[in-house]
Amino acid sequence: MAEPSLAADAKPWKNATAKPFIRIKNITKKFGEFAAVDDISLDIYKGELFCLLGGSGCGKSTLLRMLAGFETPTSGSIEIDGQDVANIAAFDRPTNMMFQAYALFPHMSVEKNVVYGLLREGVPKAEAMDRVSDMLRLVKLQDFAKRKPHQLSGGQQQRVALARSLIKQPKLLLLDEPLGALDKKLREETQFELIHIQESLGATFIVVTHDQEEAMTLSTRIGVMKDGKIVQVGEPPQIYEDPKSKYVADFIGSVNMFEGTVDVAVSDTLRIKSPEAGIDLLVAPIAGLKANQAVSIAIRPERIAVTRHKPEGAANIVEGEVEEVAYLGNLSIYRVKLASGKTLKVTKSNLLHDDVPIKWDEKVFLSWSNAAGIVLTA
Amino acid sequence: MKRGLFLPIVSFIGFLFLYIPIASLVIFSFNKSKLVTVWGGWSTKWYGELLNDPQILGAAWISLKIAFISASLATILGTIAAMVLTRFGQVRGRGLLTGMVTAPLVMPEVITGLSLLLLFVAMEATFGWPAGRGMLTIIIAHTTFCMAYVSVVVQSRLVDMDDSIEEAASDLGAKPMRVFFDITLPMIAPALISGWLLSFTLSLDDLVIASFVSGPGASTLPMVIFSKVRLGVTPEINALATLIVVVVAIGISISWYFMRKKVKT
Amino acid sequence: MSAFQASSPWRKTAALLARIGLTGRMLIIAVPMIWLLVFFLAPFLVVMKISVADPMIARPPYSPLFVQGPDGWSIKATIGNYAYLWEDSLYINAYWSSIKIAFFSTVLALLIGYPMSYYIARSPEPKRSLLLLLIVLPFWTSFLLRVYAWIGILKTKGVLNAMLMKIGLINEPLIIMQTDVAVYIGIVYTYLPFMILPLYANLVKLDDSLLEASADLGARPISTFFRITIPLSMPGIVAGSMLVFIPAIGEFVIPALLGGPDTLMIGKVLWTEFFSNRDWPVASAVAIAMLVLLVIPIMLLRLAQSKGADT
Repeated sequence: MAEPSLAADAKPWKNATAKPFIRIKNITKKFGEFAAVDDISLDIYKGELFCLLGGSGCGKSTLLRMLAGFETPTSGSIEIDGQDVANIAAFDRPTNMMFQAYALFPHMSVEKNVVYGLLREGVPKAEAMDRVSDMLRLVKLQDFAKRKPHQLSGGQQQRVALARSLIKQPKLLLLDEPLGALDKKLREETQFELIHIQESLGATFIVVTHDQEEAMTLSTRIGVMKDGKIVQVGEPPQIYEDPKSKYVADFIGSVNMFEGTVDVAVSDTLRIKSPEAGIDLLVAPIAGLKANQAVSIAIRPERIAVTRHKPEGAANIVEGEVEEVAYLGNLSIYRVKLASGKTLKVTKSNLLHDDVPIKWDEKVFLSWSNAAGIVLTA
Repeated sequence: MKRGLFLPIVSFIGFLFLYIPIASLVIFSFNKSKLVTVWGGWSTKWYGELLNDPQILGAAWISLKIAFISASLATILGTIAAMVLTRFGQVRGRGLLTGMVTAPLVMPEVITGLSLLLLFVAMEATFGWPAGRGMLTIIIAHTTFCMAYVSVVVQSRLVDMDDSIEEAASDLGAKPMRVFFDITLPMIAPALISGWLLSFTLSLDDLVIASFVSGPGASTLPMVIFSKVRLGVTPEINALATLIVVVVAIGISISWYFMRKKVKT
Repeated sequence: MSAFQASSPWRKTAALLARIGLTGRMLIIAVPMIWLLVFFLAPFLVVMKISVADPMIARPPYSPLFVQGPDGWSIKATIGNYAYLWEDSLYINAYWSSIKIAFFSTVLALLIGYPMSYYIARSPEPKRSLLLLLIVLPFWTSFLLRVYAWIGILKTKGVLNAMLMKIGLINEPLIIMQTDVAVYIGIVYTYLPFMILPLYANLVKLDDSLLEASADLGARPISTFFRITIPLSMPGIVAGSMLVFIPAIGEFVIPALLGGPDTLMIGKVLWTEFFSNRDWPVASAVAIAMLVLLVIPIMLLRLAQSKGADT
């Protein structure tokens, strides 16, 4: 590639002078007294595949529907490509949406579903049909043009919905749980297909999902939502490695959490007193902490080593007893009870057959480096 | 096995109760004798008399015209009301409209009939319209109470229907009217047809309201039947009832056949 | 945004209307709204108005509400018609008799309708659909003719008496026609489907595993029925009962055809008052009094329907 044309490579959000494509400013949506979306501001750049991630009722779908024009914001503004869309009705917006349950027109064939948007735009019929057959080829449905939606499988319906929402080459495509209705295997295949289509069209996608794995796979950036607010925005590794709050650490992947208080900084490590752990936890220091401040320490299960013998040189070592072992094939999950009574979750890749696998009730040592612990103050 | 038989037996008696009167109407329509109890042998002479009775035929024609127009108007108005109530969100006057749409369903016919007649009289006295009473006033009355039924039937279909299908059309650039005719209308068509048929039947069947709001020269079929049967049993009416039963049975069989066919494909 | 933007004349009209604050949306709402205001709400106001007028030999036969006197317009209203309803025992009796007939008809319809609904709801498909169709089918044939059919069956020389006498069960014909018994039969017969349909809709949703769980916990079938099935089907029972009770109160055709001169029901009284006595103010007062009677049943129906929708 001569120049990085994709947002995924260019990372415009790191460039303070880059002009955002979508500008959401202080947007709030209230239903009665309840604020479904609560004062959200967010910039999204051209060519991004941005995921809004959160549990049900966090406001992600409402935010999407405001972008599409189906809900009117109570306050705040939305700009798409420099244009304030407040007074533009859904049918005039330069956005298209792929609906959660696809919302295919049940009485129209695949072809008629896909061509619908073009005809509303006033594209001549012959030209429109040509574009439809190109689009159906892109989503590999050229042989199903005359079928009705109910004669298609779930995966095929999903692709019709995608084709229909892409046919007008929208500046912004909004996808509401696009893979939610597919089974696990199909979902994994379709994820990559979706990225491929997005990159080949160079369009901007905003995806709403509750599935963190999906968000991690698809997105250039993720916005984690909770109670109508965006709690953290970042690239997938950033969200996973460097969560800014207990909520995000807990929501993305699994995590072991210790409560503790700041003791002292010893050269390049920070000591945290944690009765829960039974030892003083050593972590990499972060700025702005005061002595005796209450903090949480999050440690990912795969960052903890489990061994029979006491390891040499690890920053944190703690003893425990194996309570449970779950064998998942590629990895095993151990639940280890510490002397303090706390149970930790540890995963271990099954790269090689151990001579003697660690079993229930064995005494083990758990160890991790001081880079493994993430200090959280919120 | 006393308990095992209780339900089927009660149900069987219940169905007998529902169908014996209809069966007796049909059987005695073929009775040669004018007396219902005395079986005078098979005959179709009452059908002949029925088809030569200008009063009944005239009333039937009037009733069919009224039912057709009222059902069509009620379907249009009831569908608009249902759209407003399910798709327009919290608009001003929504509560009032809900109340007015559903109230005719539980309103005793005598009250509906009386109140409409009094209105027509008052309107005529004030504006000179409607001049006199007849088919027009019956059509207005029937449209008003039938639109309640249509609106209930269509509303339940609209509520079941996923709104996102209409939103999808709007998202693809269709304006509200376009969305309605392209998407909503085809999808609720079955409900519109049932609403229309229901209204047609209700209008054709109504005696009380029509009696109030009708005027000279506009006697509907139920009004003629009522005046005849008040005087006692007339086999001619049995013949008419049999014809109605046959038409309904054919209609139901056809729709049953089509529904089964649709389920199979 | 206006709904009419398709063609330029529409667009011009829409722009014009929008200037005075009318949008396409409002015009659409206005269509059913105005129709119902004029032909549903206004008639009630007229009835209320006439119910406080004096009867007069005039066209129309009642006194005006607004009277122009020497000091300008004044309102002339009387509660005389209501007082008359209260004083004349005919109306009180008709009231009570209507309530009694509607109540017992409802109970009878429930007693027949519940087992039938239960049986239909527990039947396997396609038998269930067929039985349900058989319940709905009579509704599509003429109500008037079905009531008329009972005359031939119930009258002194009718089918029922002929059959009973033939098998020797009775020697003298039973007098059923033109009695309250015939009215009960007519009402139960006519409104049985209205009882069965909501009950069926409720019972068909009843989860078998609840009954099995009850049996598993040691309840006998009768006890399960009274402790599980009946309480869970309460919304259906209330909805069905009100759908029988409400129309039965105002019923005219059935008492007119099957009942006798002694059968008193307010629907019939209203009819006579209006058509035979031509006393419009009293007929209007009867109508208002009947509506008052129906307020509670209608509220019960609403409640049952909203509850039924939740489950």
